[in-house]
Amino acid sequence: MAGTRAARIDPDTVSWYEATARQRVRALVDPGSFREFLGPTERRMSPHLPLFDLPRAFDDGIVVGRADLDGGPVLIAAQEGRFMGGAFGEVHGGKLVGLLRAALELKPTAVLILFDTGGVRLQEANAGETAIAEAMRAIVDVRAAGIPVIGLIGGRAGCYGGGGLIAGTCSRLAVSEGGRISVSGPEVIETNKGAEEFDSRDRALVWRTMGGKHRRLIGGADAFCADTVAAFRHAALDLIRRAPTFDLATLDAEQARLESRIARFGECRDATDVWARLGVNDPEAVPAMDTRAFDETVSRVGDADHDAR
Amino acid sequence: MTLAEILASLFPSGHAVAVQDGLVTGSGPFEGGTMHVVGIDGDTPLGVEGAATLSRAVLDAVRTGDRAPILVAVDSDSQRMSRRDELLGLNECLAHLAKTLLLADRSGHPTIGLIYGHSAAGAFIATALATRVLVALPGAEPSVMDLPSVARVTKLPLDKLQEMAKTTPVFAPGLDNMVATGAVHVVLDPARPLAGQIRDVIDGMQPGDVRDRLGAERGGRPVARAVAAAVIDQARLG
Repeated sequence: MAGTRAARIDPDTVSWYEATARQRVRALVDPGSFREFLGPTERRMSPHLPLFDLPRAFDDGIVVGRADLDGGPVLIAAQEGRFMGGAFGEVHGGKLVGLLRAALELKPTAVLILFDTGGVRLQEANAGETAIAEAMRAIVDVRAAGIPVIGLIGGRAGCYGGGGLIAGTCSRLAVSEGGRISVSGPEVIETNKGAEEFDSRDRALVWRTMGGKHRRLIGGADAFCADTVAAFRHAALDLIRRAPTFDLATLDAEQARLESRIARFGECRDATDVWARLGVNDPEAVPAMDTRAFDETVSRVGDADHDAR
Repeated sequence: MTLAEILASLFPSGHAVAVQDGLVTGSGPFEGGTMHVVGIDGDTPLGVEGAATLSRAVLDAVRTGDRAPILVAVDSDSQRMSRRDELLGLNECLAHLAKTLLLADRSGHPTIGLIYGHSAAGAFIATALATRVLVALPGAEPSVMDLPSVARVTKLPLDKLQEMAKTTPVFAPGLDNMVATGAVHVVLDPARPLAGQIRDVIDGMQPGDVRDRLGAERGGRPVARAVAAAVIDQARLG
């Protein structure tokens, strides 16, 4: 039934942020091409959540499978931010790791990861943390085999904790304004270091520091998307075609890129200071810019586009 | 064991490993060749500068082409939690560090993590968990989050969590639980010279990622391996 409902979704208008993981997948890929592995009917649920008297999901908060994207075969994983914040539990992590390992055998055109996660699921913390490490190793293996791994980030849970590290391991990332990429979340920083370090209720500060526009401007993401499935599809197809190789030269370039960033912006207090130093004429105007105006701004910033990832 | 004791046991004829601002870099003579050492000492949080320092040291080692082992010694805090680190892209810096270690492994350097103190969260993933084999010394305290914080987030009473932690390795902090999940391969014996024990670990390295198999065998991660295998099986069917 979900498939029937999803088939009516118009990729041009449906909000990536509001859509469920399954809706995103079905509307992103070629119509009718998605085949799920370990789908909800198989009920591979967490063996641990009942200990905490917590409800389980039939898919443990992640959808994995194969599909076609513009005719090319892809493997695809989509986290469901509505279930426990898309967090990595044992089954959830095992599904992603299995998909990445399958890519080494099947050699698809690309692997797509639709991030929507707060990080490790604390009720299964050790399993989640280890799965994140396994996923990162598997991504490196897949990239080294010449298969691009593309991350798409625009969900309500953002991409936090170990999710941010997995994202940083991908070949390319596309992000929307609502997509946040960070290791420590605002609440975590505030809880540990105080509200004077980070006021998590200051949503504008959260968007400026971790949001899609900042990540795109500093080169932390390779494409900026409007909040529609069609925009993410367009970005994914473009990024697959220009994925960097995984080798010493790429990592040497990334080392230089990150050292340069720290040297140039290390004294900045706020993202607007970073944007000013990047040469953005009116940094204060960035948060309110529409996609077209923002794309024009990005095109004038040298740090945004690179192969150093 | 302290870092100084570890280095003395690994390199009885001396070494050139230095610690600055809690960051460990250098090398020592090992098995007729060299062993590169990087790491974090003194429960130091890992921020953007520290990650970049360590990744540079790993890339320098890879560039030598000597295929010598790289030891990643860890007694760290979690990732440095600050507005500034996130503004500067801490996720990229930590991922980059992990990638350099994974590249080193692929380039023929045996990579060995050694956790001898604390480590947590992003710092743990970017260092010790990015090696091919992670070993520990007794007294090490790897964790994702301490139990009082888990209690706060899960809204469960601390005493109930402490009781559950005795029988449920999947969520509780501590070395035994990380061994059970397969993240830590083996616990070394501090009473015996470490050089020989590390050599044995290197000699016993297996291709592929064995952590989910260990987790299944040890019972700390009962289903992850089977789930991954089932996904691969269904993917093969097309």
